[in-house]
Amino acid sequence: MGILVGSDTRVLVQGATGREGAFHTSQMVEYGTKVVAGVTPGRRGTDVSGVPIFDTVAEAVEATGANTSIIFVPPPFAGDAICEAVASGLDLVICITEGLPTLDVVKAMRFAAENGARVIGPNCPGVMTPGEAKVGIMPADIFRPGNIGVVSRSGTLTYEVVNLLTEAGLGVSTCVGIGGDPIIGTTFVDVLDLFRDDPATSAVILIGEIGGSDEELAAELIGHGYPKPVVAFVSGRNAPPGKRMGHAGAIISGNTGTAKSKVEAFEAAKVPVEPTLDQVVQRIRGLVPAK
Amino acid sequence: MKLYEFQAKQIFARFGIPTPRGEVASTPEEARAIAERIGRVVVKAQVHAGGRGKAGFVKVADTPDQAAQLARDMIGKKHAGLPINRVLVEETIEIASEYYLAATIDRTSKRAIIMASAEGGVEIESVAEHTPEKIIKLAIDPAYGPLDFEIRDVVTAAGFDPKAARAISQVAKKVYDVMLACDASLVEINPLVVTTDGQVIAADGKFDVDDNALYRQKDLAQFREESEEDPIEAEAHRRGVTYVRLDGDIGIIGNGAGLVMTTIDLVARAGGKPANFLDIGGGAQADSVREAIEIVLMDPNVKGILFNIFGGITRGDEVAKGILAGTETLDIKVPIVVRMAGTRAEEGRRLLEGTNLTPAAGPIEAAEKIIQLAKGQ
Repeated sequence: MGILVGSDTRVLVQGATGREGAFHTSQMVEYGTKVVAGVTPGRRGTDVSGVPIFDTVAEAVEATGANTSIIFVPPPFAGDAICEAVASGLDLVICITEGLPTLDVVKAMRFAAENGARVIGPNCPGVMTPGEAKVGIMPADIFRPGNIGVVSRSGTLTYEVVNLLTEAGLGVSTCVGIGGDPIIGTTFVDVLDLFRDDPATSAVILIGEIGGSDEELAAELIGHGYPKPVVAFVSGRNAPPGKRMGHAGAIISGNTGTAKSKVEAFEAAKVPVEPTLDQVVQRIRGLVPAK
Repeated sequence: MKLYEFQAKQIFARFGIPTPRGEVASTPEEARAIAERIGRVVVKAQVHAGGRGKAGFVKVADTPDQAAQLARDMIGKKHAGLPINRVLVEETIEIASEYYLAATIDRTSKRAIIMASAEGGVEIESVAEHTPEKIIKLAIDPAYGPLDFEIRDVVTAAGFDPKAARAISQVAKKVYDVMLACDASLVEINPLVVTTDGQVIAADGKFDVDDNALYRQKDLAQFREESEEDPIEAEAHRRGVTYVRLDGDIGIIGNGAGLVMTTIDLVARAGGKPANFLDIGGGAQADSVREAIEIVLMDPNVKGILFNIFGGITRGDEVAKGILAGTETLDIKVPIVVRMAGTRAEEGRRLLEGTNLTPAAGPIEAAEKIIQLAKGQ
């Protein structure tokens, strides 16, 4: 079980023949994910790690029954790639690419919403349900299956916390990297809603950072009553205002997006916010039944 | 990328948004020549910071001599720590009312929005904080753009002068057009002035361009100027390295924005003062790791460097090779602490054995060690 991706996920890779796309296609195949198709215009008939390549998403879906797309195409074309996946009827589109122009993302999100598709990212490490499917770029060997849901705006911090969970003898139900851009398809609130109804998830770790107000909205949701324990972490407490800290979305503008505001919002909702990831894991260990 | 007021106004004019007649000057003589053509002028320092008026960097000149003198007074000075290299010399306008009008990206609705307020001429952040109800927002459906009636609703709700409503509505539509055409993340007119003779004029302009879109905004990319950036940040930018300078003495290098931000937080929490943010990114090769050390050491305040690497696509052995290349080719006089986990971390640690680099098992231990070692510097 878990959310978003699992044993019934049939993955299509957009940009499968590029350097990143080919490498991660082989990694996903190696993990046992059902990667059924790749798409690169003009490359029909070739293959990557045994995965057949098609010219368009529509023909790939038609031929293989893919239901989820993962996107590695370069930033100028990635917004269009999202729309192509949505138009071909895929209901989950995961965009790994970083650096999309924001107005392209605005348009793609509107297109996805109109057609009832869910987009994860852009600028994210993907989604993984350990033991079932990895649809992303995270290092698989640090994960073990378990009952903790992880949702995060940061890739490397996710790996760090998952590694600590594994060392502590705990495991992950599903790990969702929602991405570091200012506009993303799926927010903390959306993922919390999915974890709420997932029987495989007993508790949730939420890793936020400066910029925007998605953490505040998540705190508000939990404050109204959430059936599972949530432990939060917020990075960027010492970030200066007005500076982009690596992620396009990690920026304090005026008085919105500060770590202080996010920490206070979680505390007001009685969500523990730990200052280090070690403490996040210690805290969650006390909150979930041992497996 | 931020544009200067005079650049923003050039773009406004191109799109048919009325602006005061004026030109930019980099010398007192140029300022005088412009004033001779225009008459009575206002001289405005060009700098990316608010509060110019209060600081005496926006002043009226009745004669060309006065304009030259004001330019002489302003050029070369600093405002909010930023150098003033130019002044905008413009005709004065007779103000009847001052409004606020902007287009920006709203993260929550995932759309472009138009914002309007009758509280013009002041910092919008303070209006947002004290009287948020005075800012009217319109989320724009990208499939249709702003519809005429939606704009009318905004102009009405904002409480703008009904006699100027038509002209303001036209400007509002054009602000959105500018945003789309230029990939702007902010187009702000504050104040949008209605003059005593009923004209609507953009009296000031703020303009941010989405850095991710500069590849298709070649005209605007030419506006990029490094003079206002921190020199190390400018150099890092030229080399494509994600670096932000901070004011401490512990250099921070890591892979991934969240991990680097967290490392900064851990160092601060342990009582240290981080000198920078530097993200080597995913899958960094040895050479870019070496370059990262070089950039961090350009800051003379740095007394120690902390590496925090959690390998995913990034490989520990590759990072270790880069660190070793750094110690061999650069004259490094400060201690380096390396924390490495994840992909090929063990191989990486082995490569660093027997060197004078200090290993650390976890990020917290690493932070404590580098603070201790830097104290001895």
